[in-house]
Amino acid sequence: MLKDALAAAVVAALLALPLLGFRLADSQQGLSLDYRFAWVGYAAAAVFIGRLGMAFAAAAFSRVFQRKRQTLLPLAGRPSRNRKIVGWLLVAAALLLPLAPFADRNLIDKATLLLIYVMLGWGLNIVVGLAGLLDLGYVAFYAVGAYSYALLSQTFGLSFWLCLPFAGALAACFGILLGFPVLRLRGDYLAIVTLGFGEIVRVVLLNWESLTNGPNGISGIQRPSFFGLPFLAAAPGRTTFHEFFGLPFSPGQRIIFLYYVILVLALATNLFTLRIRRLPIGRAWEALREDETACRSLGINPTRTKLSAFALGAMFAGFAGSFFATRQGFISPESFTFIESAIILAIVVLGGMGSQIGIVLAAILLVGLPEWFRDLQQYRMLAFGGAMVLIMLWRPRGLLASREPTIRLAADALEAAPQTAGEAAR
Amino acid sequence: MTAAAPPLLTVEHLTMRFGGLVAINDLSFTARQRQITAIIGPNGAGKTTVFNCLTGFYKPSVGRLTLTPPNNGGCFLLERMEGFRIAKDAGVARTFQNIRLFAGMSVLENLVVAQHNRLMRASAYSVAGLLGLNRYTRAERQAVELARYWLDRIELTGQADWAAGNLPYGSQRRLEIARAMCTEPCLLCLDEPAAGLNPRESAQLNELLLDIRGQHGIGLLLIEHDMSVVMQISDHVVVLDHGAPIAEGTPDMVSNDPAVIRAYLGAAEGEALPPDVAGGLPTAPPC
Ligand SMILES: Nc1ncnc2c1ncn2[C@@H]1O[C@H](COP(=O)(O)OP(=O)(O)OP(=O)(O)O)[C@@H](O)[C@H]1O
Ligand SMILES: [Mg+2]
Repeated sequence: MLKDALAAAVVAALLALPLLGFRLADSQQGLSLDYRFAWVGYAAAAVFIGRLGMAFAAAAFSRVFQRKRQTLLPLAGRPSRNRKIVGWLLVAAALLLPLAPFADRNLIDKATLLLIYVMLGWGLNIVVGLAGLLDLGYVAFYAVGAYSYALLSQTFGLSFWLCLPFAGALAACFGILLGFPVLRLRGDYLAIVTLGFGEIVRVVLLNWESLTNGPNGISGIQRPSFFGLPFLAAAPGRTTFHEFFGLPFSPGQRIIFLYYVILVLALATNLFTLRIRRLPIGRAWEALREDETACRSLGINPTRTKLSAFALGAMFAGFAGSFFATRQGFISPESFTFIESAIILAIVVLGGMGSQIGIVLAAILLVGLPEWFRDLQQYRMLAFGGAMVLIMLWRPRGLLASREPTIRLAADALEAAPQTAGEAAR
Repeated sequence: MTAAAPPLLTVEHLTMRFGGLVAINDLSFTARQRQITAIIGPNGAGKTTVFNCLTGFYKPSVGRLTLTPPNNGGCFLLERMEGFRIAKDAGVARTFQNIRLFAGMSVLENLVVAQHNRLMRASAYSVAGLLGLNRYTRAERQAVELARYWLDRIELTGQADWAAGNLPYGSQRRLEIARAMCTEPCLLCLDEPAAGLNPRESAQLNELLLDIRGQHGIGLLLIEHDMSVVMQISDHVVVLDHGAPIAEGTPDMVSNDPAVIRAYLGAAEGEALPPDVAGGLPTAPPC
């Protein structure tokens, strides 16, 4: 234990030496080098004590930690009613949120942002959670969706709802395009190539000025309308939303409308995933995650199965991207950096690969809390990182890691009760 | 002996090289319908490599592998087919020397995944399934019925909803066989199915394999080190040593073949064999 702590301290000292040990000071004679070796000592001491404390804590709580360290993804023993109830409660809460007395514009706006990430998490879950393909460039499809909507609506004047399927299809095509070269890759290699793909898309958007307007982005993107009724104070020659319904005009109406749009899109993603998980293609994805060789020996076409996962995952990112574009009214390559991919992936992993509710919880934790705790200022990211480390120690397989089988013999004996009810849960 | 049974798999001049290493050298044999053909040989003889060539995991350097399924006029040239097509179209199913189950999925799911292609067609490539059409629900129920049949056969009905990886070793072996059978193959290739089984489990396995041959009328290809299994159930035995076939025939013929005994015991050329060994092969330890 001591040796381990000492080793950690030495590593910390070595790391701290260039980072903390030297400092450029601005003085009258120009730049001069300050030495702050005491700081290196503090850092090493802190790591030493922390490491020792961790070892003691681990020894004390060894039972807690060991129980979690299973090699297998645990299978839920019996159909979990609790999760279904939690799922329905979350859906109900989400539906009623705009009516709540404390729901101001700011809150709804944040909730909309949160739902975008939930939807992206659910979409990426198809690729990472179900098919087990580690994709670090997911934001590329999000970008494709956003730019498709922006360009289609600006060039052809098409409405949001018309563009949505186009944007999804285009993103799916990009998913297949990425899928082809990476078919043979697994794990780390796949992650690296997808990461590169994400960057390529961003760099193309940045440099193809004639189409994408480069770093300046596209502004004045058409806002969504309520079945043709725009959310404007006044529109010459058209009836606006508030006129049609005889309401006073309020900019909050559009915010609430956007909130419901993304809620519907996200729930559709969820419903789709829950359904497809029980279909042969969904089971093949999970089987592929478990063992590709065995899949091949059973006559499952790995190429087609992987490409379908990439395509469908990308499609939902495309939908989310279009929504993002219409909500912001302005997009630029800035919005589609690697950190977005990383956050979405973190949501999926933290949620517990494959669990739909876990993803919602993780999104609240990773996107919601940092937004609401902006008061912490510069300590925000520190708290965020610390929370991540703690969660990974406490639940190394994610928040909700147990997996519900897609089909049960026991339930089947009761003449295959219809599964549609409560399917939105889990 | 039913030597007159029509051929199911014909292997001609199969050679597999890995760089300079010749893993299989000019192997020819025929596996017949409704027969159990055993491939035996010392460790590293190239048995698993034969299976890997057969099921498309390796492309053979030389040779022709012809599969003639019953009740289907055509034949398949396996060496030209992609791996998954060999299982899907030609109907060759296999198990692995080191078990490859979908460990995190339930036992039942393992058996349903094996029926992927039929269910995929029934779900019209997911469209009918997404819409919840009757046609898919019916197909899924049939798939569960087939799975339930095999669960009964391998005595795992009670554990159907367990994670496959949590089953004891012997059950995992049986589940892998059942999973292969759920693809409804015409040739089943088993790579050391009795490895790690106790004598009672191994006797059960014999029964299961004989049943599969008898009731389902398919051909079996069996790699096995456990001679009690090989000698009791196989109809035809092929012996490999260092990639080359050294003997072929009925179990009795093979077990008394001096070349085979030499290969197993490593006796020097011309050395007299001890009489108790010459009577039959010892039971080699599973590896
Ligand atoms: N992919 C490969 N690349 C290189 N050499 C290989 C490869 N696969 C098998 N070999 C070699 O081919 C030879 C035969 O291996 P194989 O696995 O077929 O033996 P086996 O008869 O199944 O043995 P065992 O009884 O131990 O399972 C071995 O020498 C092995 O090292
Ligand atoms: Mg082998």
